[in-house]
Amino acid sequence: MSTQDVMPGDVLLNLENVSLSFGGVKAIKNVGFDIIKGEVRAIIGPNGAGKTSMLNVINGFYHPQEGVITYKNVQRSKMKPYVAASQGISRTFQNVALFKGMSTLDNIMAGRTLKMHKNFFWQMLRFGPALQEEMAHRRKVEEVIDFLEIAHIRRTPVGRLPYGLQKRVELARALAMEPELLLLDEPMAGMNLEEKEDMSRYILEVNAEFGTTIALIEHDIRVVMDLSDRVVVLNYGEKLADGTPQEVSSNQAVIDAYLGVGH
Amino acid sequence: MPILAWGIDMEFLNSIFVAPFVDMFSAPDFLLQVLWEGFVSGILYGLLALGFVLIFKASGVFNFAQGIMVVFAALTLVGIHSFGIPAYVALALTIVVMGVLALTIERVVLRKLVNQPDIILFMATIGLTYFLIGFGELVFGGEPKKMIADELGIPNGSVSWDIFGGVVIFEYRDIAAAVIAAVLVFSLGFFFSKTRIGRALRAVADDHQAALSVGISLNQIWVIVWFAAGIVALATGIMWGAKSDVSFALQVIALKALPVLVLGGFTSIPGAIIGGLIIGFGEKIFEIYWGGLIGGGTESWFAFVIALVFLLFRPQGLFGEKIIDRI
Amino acid sequence: MFYRETGQFKTTYEADSAVFPILQDRIGIAAMLVFMFVVVPLFANDFVINAIMIPFLIFALAAIGLNILTGYTGQISLGTGAFMGVGAYACYKLTSIFPDVSIIVMVLTSGFFSALVGVIFGLPSLRIKGFYLVVTTLAAQFFLEWAFIRIPWLYNYNDSGAIEVPARSSFGVIITGASATPTARYMVVLCIVVAMTWIASNLIRGRIGRSWMMIRDMDIAAELMGVRPLYAKLSAFAVSSFYAGVAGAMMVFFWLGAAEVESFNSDNSFLILFMVILGGLGSIMGAYMGAAFIWILPILLRAAPEFFGIDVGADTMEHINFMIIGALIIFFLIVEPHGLAKLWQIAKEKLRTWPFPYA
Repeated sequence: MSTQDVMPGDVLLNLENVSLSFGGVKAIKNVGFDIIKGEVRAIIGPNGAGKTSMLNVINGFYHPQEGVITYKNVQRSKMKPYVAASQGISRTFQNVALFKGMSTLDNIMAGRTLKMHKNFFWQMLRFGPALQEEMAHRRKVEEVIDFLEIAHIRRTPVGRLPYGLQKRVELARALAMEPELLLLDEPMAGMNLEEKEDMSRYILEVNAEFGTTIALIEHDIRVVMDLSDRVVVLNYGEKLADGTPQEVSSNQAVIDAYLGVGH
Repeated sequence: MPILAWGIDMEFLNSIFVAPFVDMFSAPDFLLQVLWEGFVSGILYGLLALGFVLIFKASGVFNFAQGIMVVFAALTLVGIHSFGIPAYVALALTIVVMGVLALTIERVVLRKLVNQPDIILFMATIGLTYFLIGFGELVFGGEPKKMIADELGIPNGSVSWDIFGGVVIFEYRDIAAAVIAAVLVFSLGFFFSKTRIGRALRAVADDHQAALSVGISLNQIWVIVWFAAGIVALATGIMWGAKSDVSFALQVIALKALPVLVLGGFTSIPGAIIGGLIIGFGEKIFEIYWGGLIGGGTESWFAFVIALVFLLFRPQGLFGEKIIDRI
Repeated sequence: MFYRETGQFKTTYEADSAVFPILQDRIGIAAMLVFMFVVVPLFANDFVINAIMIPFLIFALAAIGLNILTGYTGQISLGTGAFMGVGAYACYKLTSIFPDVSIIVMVLTSGFFSALVGVIFGLPSLRIKGFYLVVTTLAAQFFLEWAFIRIPWLYNYNDSGAIEVPARSSFGVIITGASATPTARYMVVLCIVVAMTWIASNLIRGRIGRSWMMIRDMDIAAELMGVRPLYAKLSAFAVSSFYAGVAGAMMVFFWLGAAEVESFNSDNSFLILFMVILGGLGSIMGAYMGAAFIWILPILLRAAPEFFGIDVGADTMEHINFMIIGALIIFFLIVEPHGLAKLWQIAKEKLRTWPFPYA
């Protein structure tokens, strides 16, 4: 399946009438929205609204029973997650999913897996082309490390890092994939104000400097208002609203969902 | 040439797909006898697996030492009796020994390994296995021993049943094994589902720390289940010993509890018995009717291969639920 | 005080990603190699070479193989013994059919056969995890054991059912069979083991090794980052079984001289698993430490009563051996679940700041 390049301002990913269910439970009901190249798109909603399931659908981990997904102008069939990864979709996870037994450096190098191609024979000797490739990618990884200011924990096994830094390493790993579409699942959950500000700065810089399209899930509504260009609101698996942060925040249905409706 | 090849193929297919079934139905009395033998070894596999299930269900520990516990319990019983102590007193004393063993294992091993990954606990039970093998051989010697079945009042002899123009023989001991297995399964099932301790056991299996935080005493629970598993091991050891001698060779046969668990599920008490029966029937029938085609002796691997094939189609086991990956 | 990296600066990423970035470590490993290649062949007696050094190296290689699968890829296997057997029987058949080809080539080629068998029995790992996988590898173990007995072609229809190593020479020196000197066999084994250790460490530090570890640590995330579980798991099975196969072939050809199916039974699988666990999952150094510990300790224990002038029967000693090994496994799991390699690492970290309490 070949994809076509998309210019900034065009639709990068489009979801139409997507429905997903596990057994009898409907996690997503007939939801459709689009993500435009170069924007920061927020997905918000109360707990259990189907936000993470939505990301899982986008990167091919869950397969929706109904709906049409178009990525880079090509309609997508049922695909394996690694295919999505190879098409430039990378992500971070709600509950940090780092490789616990590996160092920060190795975790971020892991993000380069898809870009490394030297075969088994060269890998075995770690010599010539394999070594050159490894070092070229190491250089790229060091750039990411510098960008996210985590040089001091390069050698630390990630299991030992505090939560906030783990989140940052996870972002670094996703960035090392040089993604076209970056999915961030609650990148600021459990952080204090200072850490949230840092993380917001990184997200904006990634968006501005590399032109990476970002879809993020976030509960802190202030963060969402400040960071995102457009917001889609989910509630009980259904789409409630879609638009700019201002439009969404003045939408009555959204206010009802968040604050509860007086009966 | 093609005709010849075809002829060989037909013969070959016949020997796999037709002849065994013809054999089965032309001698139904023999088939019944084979099924009964399969049933009996299935019960014993089931009892072995039951010990695993108890500990796994209640502590999440995959107890590799269950097989050696069976041997150890049987040897202790025989050993105590050999000092001239009456059989029933020896039985009671053996139960005490299994209790002490459970207590020691909890104190020395499990308590120190709370909240470690499953694999570490699994490895610790392998260490325990080695220790018990060495200890058992040191105390009781390595040579096979005769189980004191008669002294324990397990009936000897057999009943024969004239059917299908032949005779099928049922040994009393095998019938006794089936009855004991049934009693154990029902009482353990009741214990787990209906008693307060049973619920606590299941809580511990889910999460050590969470169980501790709601005031369940982990240490006490562990002693209880290991003791229960010890009693199951003793029952298994007696029944097994009554059929053949008590020896350390049983240790390797005990590995067959693993495929039984795969079929029946790691946490299901009836599943252990059902899995045991499937394996018992399966390997006997396969060995008798098909084993000859490939040289015989298939019982050493048949259970494992069946489990493997089964897992390919149902990775969650016979009674397990389909797991939805979440991230 | 003496063990510090202070003042050792790295100016290239190559230097920074070396296996032993600290000079003192490099000196240590060089000394070790000199010891193995020069001191042992020159000064050790036949007993030490035959009963300690050769089996130690062979088991270390098998442990590296299993470590690749269990320690680095997270797939527990209890089939190592049988995969070693595949290597041994393959080598025996190969050298029977092609007696003129160098036995060293045959030993290495036989690894490919066990790799193939390993891949076949590794297929279930694509759907099965954890303890369930133990069952499928045990299926491999018992099925292959059965095959080694029931397929007489494998042992050239010998009445004994055993494979006996013919005399073969390489570079003009007899290196297998009864007439080969222990030193010659030792040197061949040492060269192969050192080379394969080097290859394993290269693989582990590169893309392939990382994809194994990604699968081990979090398979779902690995897949979302572009690792194909099929390739990662099966390549781990292939490489691991290759190592086991070569170790098995060497075991028969350079150590035992003859072997039956018992040499490859499940006890062997457990033995190597212990080496990996005790040494440390996910550490090549640990494979050596574990092999040394499990193999050499019992030999010392057996010699101990005689040394102290106590008379203990051989059987009793064997039983006590079992107890001690079992107890030590439990002890180490309690003290340091990550094995001897981790203890060594902690010791080194302590050494860096010694004699001061803090750096």
